[in-house]
Amino acid sequence: MLLVRGLFATVIAFSLGIAARPAAAAEDTIKVAYIDPFSGPFASGGDEFLKVFGYILQKVNADGGALGKKFEVVPFDDKLQPAEALIALKNITDQNIPFVMQCTGSNVGAALVDGVSKHNARNPDNRILYLNCGALATELTNEQCDFWQFRFTGNVEMRAAARIKALPADIKKVYLLNQDYLFGQSVQHDTKKWLEKLRPDIQIVGDELMPFGKVQDFSSYVAKIKASGAQSVITGNYNRDLNLLIKAAVDDGLNVRFDTYLAHLIGGPTAIGSAGENRLSSVTEFHPNVPVELNKPDAEAFDNGWRANHDTDFSEVPFLTMFQMLAKAIDKAGSTDPMKVALALEDMKATDMVGFPVQMRKEDHQISMPYYAAHFTKDVKYDSEKTGLGWKTDFIASSEDLTLPTTCKMKRPKS
Amino acid sequence: MRSRWLILVLVAVAIALPWGFYDWGHHRHAGFLISMLSQAGMMIILALSYNMLLGQAGLFSLCHATFFGIGGYAMVHFLNAAGKDELPLPMEVMPLLAGLSGLGLAILFGAMATKQRATAFAMITLGIGELMATAALMFHHFFGGEGGVTTDRMIDNSLFGLTYSSGIQVYYLIVAWTLIAVALMYYLTLTPLGRMANATRDNYERAQFIGYDPRMVRFIQFALSGFFAGIGGGLYAITYEIVTFDALAAPLSANALLMAYIGGTTVFGGPILGAILITLLQSGVSLLSNSWLVYVGVMFIAMVIFAPSGLAGIIQAHGPIKRAGRLGRLTLPYLRLVLPALALLLGFVGLVELMSFLTIGAAQGKKLVLFGNAIDVHATMPWVISAASLVWGAVWLRFAAAGFHRVWENLSAEVRR
Amino acid sequence: METLLISVLNGLVYGMLLFMLASGLTLIFSMMGVLNFAHASIYMLGAYLAFTISQFVGFFPALIIAPILCGLIGAAIEIWGLRRAHQNGHIAELLFTFGLVFIIQRVVQMTWGMLPMPYRVPPSLDFPLFVLYGSNFPAYRGFMLLISAAMLLSTWLLLKKTRVGLIIQAALTHPHMVSALGHNVPRVFTTVFAGGCLLAGLAGVIGGNYQTTEPGMADSMGPIVFVVVVFGGLGSLAGCFVASIVMGMIQTFAVVIDYSVADVLRPLGLAISGDTLLTEVLTVPVARIGALLPFVMMVTILFFRPRGLMGTRDT
Repeated sequence: MLLVRGLFATVIAFSLGIAARPAAAAEDTIKVAYIDPFSGPFASGGDEFLKVFGYILQKVNADGGALGKKFEVVPFDDKLQPAEALIALKNITDQNIPFVMQCTGSNVGAALVDGVSKHNARNPDNRILYLNCGALATELTNEQCDFWQFRFTGNVEMRAAARIKALPADIKKVYLLNQDYLFGQSVQHDTKKWLEKLRPDIQIVGDELMPFGKVQDFSSYVAKIKASGAQSVITGNYNRDLNLLIKAAVDDGLNVRFDTYLAHLIGGPTAIGSAGENRLSSVTEFHPNVPVELNKPDAEAFDNGWRANHDTDFSEVPFLTMFQMLAKAIDKAGSTDPMKVALALEDMKATDMVGFPVQMRKEDHQISMPYYAAHFTKDVKYDSEKTGLGWKTDFIASSEDLTLPTTCKMKRPKS
Repeated sequence: MRSRWLILVLVAVAIALPWGFYDWGHHRHAGFLISMLSQAGMMIILALSYNMLLGQAGLFSLCHATFFGIGGYAMVHFLNAAGKDELPLPMEVMPLLAGLSGLGLAILFGAMATKQRATAFAMITLGIGELMATAALMFHHFFGGEGGVTTDRMIDNSLFGLTYSSGIQVYYLIVAWTLIAVALMYYLTLTPLGRMANATRDNYERAQFIGYDPRMVRFIQFALSGFFAGIGGGLYAITYEIVTFDALAAPLSANALLMAYIGGTTVFGGPILGAILITLLQSGVSLLSNSWLVYVGVMFIAMVIFAPSGLAGIIQAHGPIKRAGRLGRLTLPYLRLVLPALALLLGFVGLVELMSFLTIGAAQGKKLVLFGNAIDVHATMPWVISAASLVWGAVWLRFAAAGFHRVWENLSAEVRR
Repeated sequence: METLLISVLNGLVYGMLLFMLASGLTLIFSMMGVLNFAHASIYMLGAYLAFTISQFVGFFPALIIAPILCGLIGAAIEIWGLRRAHQNGHIAELLFTFGLVFIIQRVVQMTWGMLPMPYRVPPSLDFPLFVLYGSNFPAYRGFMLLISAAMLLSTWLLLKKTRVGLIIQAALTHPHMVSALGHNVPRVFTTVFAGGCLLAGLAGVIGGNYQTTEPGMADSMGPIVFVVVVFGGLGSLAGCFVASIVMGMIQTFAVVIDYSVADVLRPLGLAISGDTLLTEVLTVPVARIGALLPFVMMVTILFFRPRGLMGTRDT
């Protein structure tokens, strides 16, 4: 009977423990809500980024946080569905959290831009700021731009410009293969636009959209690429759609470059492995060999701190920049009021971890930041995801290079 | 008569609930709660309209979200037109248009699918669902691709002069439309059509033999269920002001099925219970644990094995005993079940969470926090306690359930006499 | 011509992989009348188990051990779960397998993490088998063909030449009669379910390193296997085989076709221009919708012939 009573007490305590969890967090931190998928098939992205934020916050908080307070990330699961993200947004505003980040999926990003804007217009006393750290669609800081959104990562067009600038001069024939949805189509569109602008000598011998995540066997695409005589495949594919493509090409013996946008995404190097050696390139925000190449021991030490405990790469420098700029803006505004912080963020200049200048443009709230086009090779100091191969920079597109015109006509709130 | 009171009480609760959580400190409503209640409202419509197929007509459809989604997309376009003053209709009647869009598509697809029965029907609907979801990603004019289509629900045209700027106004609109839809769907079950749908479910050949065209009956039933799903989708569009392909993709179709089944397909109100429960699980439990999908999975499996008639079925089974006035005699046996069930639950949840934190959470630098204390997932004690609780709860529950079963059988026998 | 030949070969390899998955599902589906949603999850489990086992004892022992483990898991699922759900009807069974999908997915994530596994083709098979018009045909694809052909042969022999096979065949078409003759039909069910899971596991072992081993692999393979089974028809392994190959070929060939409806209409004097939903639909080239064709074909065949291509009875 004693056991029963003890168990009963435990059960009650357990349920209380769960109920008390949100309240238990101390009020003396600056909370930043974080919406991303943490369950279901896309959980790997949110899960990895959460680890990264944990690591970044150690540094940002050790540097003093903002207003003498520490930052705290509060995760919310959106299952990569806009409706779930908007429900989570309601939960966040209920708790008076002034900032929300989201780093996976332009569908959720578009919903949040719209949802945050409407929420702030309708609830002027309970505003929130959306910090976009990974919804890449170009539109979000052009046609759909909004005062309450700040994008701390390059959009597709910036990446396209960097991608084309980094193409070797001897490439004359390229094949475009992209996923048939918003992101892939905008990669296709922007790649063509910048090819035309920067490399009119290049001939596009193939231009194709493939169903997103539905293709099981890429060998016929490989046959098509081979027949076209392309020297390079420019593709915005990622995850499975990229891994299978490269595997099929290697199996076939097809000797082309893969100039990708997102091959460095988490899990990519593991899945591709030696198949990508010296033929795979990607446009990265950062990679572990950047500090080595630029001779920045501090940045290298920070990166090594991550490598010591994780099998994956630390490439999320924009996240760090975002928190550093947010801290600076909060200090400047003197409060966490989203309106004041937003005004402080506009036109803010900063330097990133390796010392390059970055700037948050006022017209469209798009950051301009450098990109590192790199290829996958054995000839590096730090390998990627313990594969023995790593990224080596070919070309650095500076933030001036990537400051592109915008069509944004921003509606600014009056107060 | 009593069920009428029950309905009134439910409606009163639905209306009053948001005020119970009103945040007096900030003078605003609990937005999360209202969102969840709104979501529950449209899910109720979705689940009930799905049950028009599964429960009432025996049609196992795998593309029900298609009609929900099309209602949503249509609604967005209607709202946008209304915002440009091209569609002078008040907000309150707009969901009807969404419903009609769902009806139109359901007539088209229903004509194809209801030609076949059983698995062939199910697989045709699976194919249709996949085709529509992929089309939504590919064609930008109507579906807006991955980013979906956005709208602004403040169209400034309302029968009651409402702006629909706040969630609470939208919530009451949803309550009203849910009531209308539920009432209509209920009265449909009483019409000859509803009765014939039941007949074709129970015996296709005999229904045919007595002179009805079962195919026609099922086609009409399919089309009408598409109509109601479309209304649900319209409410979805009003609530979120954005519709993406997720609104017509397979996971939502699966959800409709799960809600209807968990709630109970044999009772009209069953899917309502299922819809509320699943919404709570999806939006509530997922905040507490990333492993919520495991809990959902285990719950389904347990329901499928032990309570195939769903929650409503369990409640209904108590009917005869209650009428005999002997419900009180079940109280003690039920109480006896509570403790072992809790022990089992605690052990199971404990093990899943420990394991999840050991592999995934630990790498995130998170700590398992229970009762305000951090628990070391590498220590043996938590594992032993959880495992012991699981095993002991399972064994005890077996005995307790056997005892409960005896009492239940005796009571049922008495009641029958 | 060369593209044609290469495409045929590739289509064949993919079709055989599909068949390995689909054959087990056909057996289960025909006999128990339940579409096993978790079949692709077992395929995923097979790949993950093979990866882990191959780390300790190498690929070839894993090729045998992992499928057997999957078979045992399948038997356990049938005995302790499916059999009990079976009493509650087909939809209950279906939902049971549906719940399993969630559980297996999360268990895989909790055990192996969320990222792809570095599960690679063994070095002894990682060389080009022959070169055809300048394209390599990797030895591993040949190996896959070999394994699937061996599997096809042994399944066929098992079904046609052994007593167990005869009972299974009989139970496929006349389950009630078989049980009336005094055979232990539940045990036959368990055997078939375990056998189906074993085949799915085997497909996972050789498919996991041919494609990628990741938590999403079940979701991407699931629907297409259903399509193959239904297209092929209930109770017909031959139909399943034909359907697998056809689906493999279609998906491979569709990619090569760059024409759209608009291209077909143009010679008829119907030029399509403008920027509306209709032109968007009509100008989509076949290559873009290649992965959708199986669904289109399934809906079409069910519309006209509900028993599928070579089915012996209505589904």
